[in-house]
Amino acid sequence: MNFYQVHFPILIVSVTLLFSFLIPVFGWWKKKLCYPLAIIAISISLFSSLIVANRVLYHGPIRYYLGGWEPPWGIEFYIDHLNALMVVLVTSISLLVLISSKKSIEKELPDKDVPFYSLFLLLFTGLAGIVVTGDMFNLYVFLEIASLSAYALIAIGEERAPYAAFRYVVLGTIGACFYLLSVGYLYIVTGSLNMADLNQILPNLYHSKVVLVAFSFFMIGIAIKMALFPLHVWLPDAYTYAPSPVSSLIAPLMTKVGIYVMIKIMFKVFEPSFSIEMLPVTTILSWVASIAIIVGCVLALAQVDLKRMLTYIMVAEVGYIVLGVAMANRNALTGAVLHIVNDALMMACLFLIVAAIMFKLGIRNIYELRFLHRKMPFTMGAFTIAALSMMGVPPACGFFSKWYLILGAIDANNWIFVAVILMSGLFNAILFFRVIENAYFEPAYAHDGGEHIEVSRDEAPLSLLIPILIMAVGIILLGIFSGKIISAFIQFIVPVSF
Amino acid sequence: MLEFLVGKFNYYIYIFLMMIGFYAMMGKRNLVKKLIGMNIFQWSIILYFISIGAKKGGSIPIVEGLSGHGAHIVSHASQYVNPLPHVLMLTAIVVGVGTTGVALALLITIYKKYKTLEEDEILRKIK
Amino acid sequence: MIDKHESIIIKTISRILAPFVQLYALYVIMHGHTSPGGGFQGGVILGASFILLAIAFGIDEVKERFAERILTTFTSMGVFIYGFIGFVCFVLGANFLDYGILPVVEPRGMGMLGIEIGVGITVMAVMVSIFYDLSTYE
Repeated sequence: MNFYQVHFPILIVSVTLLFSFLIPVFGWWKKKLCYPLAIIAISISLFSSLIVANRVLYHGPIRYYLGGWEPPWGIEFYIDHLNALMVVLVTSISLLVLISSKKSIEKELPDKDVPFYSLFLLLFTGLAGIVVTGDMFNLYVFLEIASLSAYALIAIGEERAPYAAFRYVVLGTIGACFYLLSVGYLYIVTGSLNMADLNQILPNLYHSKVVLVAFSFFMIGIAIKMALFPLHVWLPDAYTYAPSPVSSLIAPLMTKVGIYVMIKIMFKVFEPSFSIEMLPVTTILSWVASIAIIVGCVLALAQVDLKRMLTYIMVAEVGYIVLGVAMANRNALTGAVLHIVNDALMMACLFLIVAAIMFKLGIRNIYELRFLHRKMPFTMGAFTIAALSMMGVPPACGFFSKWYLILGAIDANNWIFVAVILMSGLFNAILFFRVIENAYFEPAYAHDGGEHIEVSRDEAPLSLLIPILIMAVGIILLGIFSGKIISAFIQFIVPVSF
Repeated sequence: MLEFLVGKFNYYIYIFLMMIGFYAMMGKRNLVKKLIGMNIFQWSIILYFISIGAKKGGSIPIVEGLSGHGAHIVSHASQYVNPLPHVLMLTAIVVGVGTTGVALALLITIYKKYKTLEEDEILRKIK
Repeated sequence: MIDKHESIIIKTISRILAPFVQLYALYVIMHGHTSPGGGFQGGVILGASFILLAIAFGIDEVKERFAERILTTFTSMGVFIYGFIGFVCFVLGANFLDYGILPVVEPRGMGMLGIEIGVGITVMAVMVSIFYDLSTYE
């Protein structure tokens, strides 16, 4: 009703787009201004997304018509409970990572900070646009904006980064082209590109082969983008060799946004009955996802580099969420959406901790992390909280999402998946206790020699430390308040027929 | 049968081009050839989209001789070629150009570092 | 590095042709909303005219006249024109990019024309800057 209440959905995306092009102009003139400009842009987006989420909670879904044209002729932004949850998640994590990126950029890439901030804002525009839009082709455009910025940001990194980024370019383009093909097939057969409109038209066409082929192309394309098991080969190289602040932003968010696209199109564009009964998609996805969990955890055991171990754990986390979606009952889908939120927060915290360790020590080898608990006590404390959450220990948030996933697997009468989820908790415990043991406990021979090496406190700088601590506190708070999140947001996301 | 083979020739052409591009991306070892394969892959999809908008005997989708509020006078929309795939593919062409630009810049960086563009030599130098 | 071409025919012909290419590019941009053409196509042709001069005369000469700093400013300027028109519609009360509310003669046509000009400038600057980056190899 009020002017300012109506126009906030567009502010989330367009302000950062314009600021991203303002930063190179200011970079030629005065370099010190780039960082405050970036913070102002993402703060405006965070503010708008909070207002939008508030409005969705009290009034229901919001539609915003770009250009004044009504759908199905025009592009619209459609924000309901799932979108509101995702957009608040994306904006808040981006703001925290941006605050912490200043010192890392000064140390790792001293003369490339102007392009970094500009590409950072462009990547944020792409990710925010994906979660806000309600039009299929607009989603492709925003997906490519985010992917191109990610390719360029990853290539700035260290020794092996350009080759890893080239492989990511080739594979990512295949994924996006398959998505474009599926949009094309759906357009030929229905004549519309709007998601809500497709939901009305498609039920009459479920028996036709074109819709089947479109769905298959879409699944494979989005599986490449979200790194589901056989198509995950670009992920470890690309995220390990990227610079630290870049991987802290891309790693938690890009795969989760890909999973959001899959949930939205499987359940909001195609009816749930199509995805479950007419094609055995959910059966295939659930087995692939459980293999992904096991393979991710086993491959992570073989790694010595801390960051590479985290990327393989990410492959397993994607497996968790897809397993939750594919089991397709109320508890499992609740667990999957809750796990998206929890996992983004946990992964962002872990990657920021690796960035802090990289900033202070310059190494990432697990076995060289001795005495870290005396050198950086707060950082290792946050690492312990995040590790406990990954293993699934209450009251951290990881416990609640795994609880719902196990309940969903029991509801589906599939005891193999229950065993897989419990075993992976054990694997996570092994993986994280390796690091915690090396950082907290001294090996026996140091005491036998009688020397007690004195290590002074050399904590990470404040701009790196405060976002880490905020996220660690957030992990515990999300765990305690997860019931409220479920009753406010998630119970409207799950389709009524489950 | 003949209708199936000849009437849908645009589908055969686009699938043929797409498979050529796909093979070049997977089978060739030079990085520039992989990039060209990716390009062929993308352009084949763009060709396909434009081919589905064409109509037999359709005219250009421009309303002649009317300025301002000509929108409510347009009639017989079936006489015009469908303009929507053309507009969508304009965006896809721009995306393809951007991806090619980024990939070429990456190739220059790789060449400066490893002095070669063959994939097996690069992997040997990395190890 | 792209050096100056030795043949005098090429140098003279490209010097004569470049203004006509640019004029054609401007024509394609301006007629985008009523005939085939538009921002992206016109922008590429405009950028191609500068690339023609760079191939004929060597890249150092063109870089003297069209420095990289100005190119970055042109890139941003095009996006700002786009955003400015969008936000003017926003401020005047309608949705983003809703041209019907602009206070000019024939608002929808003029709004689209403004956006196409912005896109054309950005695309021209990006094409020339990609060419600069790919052809300076030390």
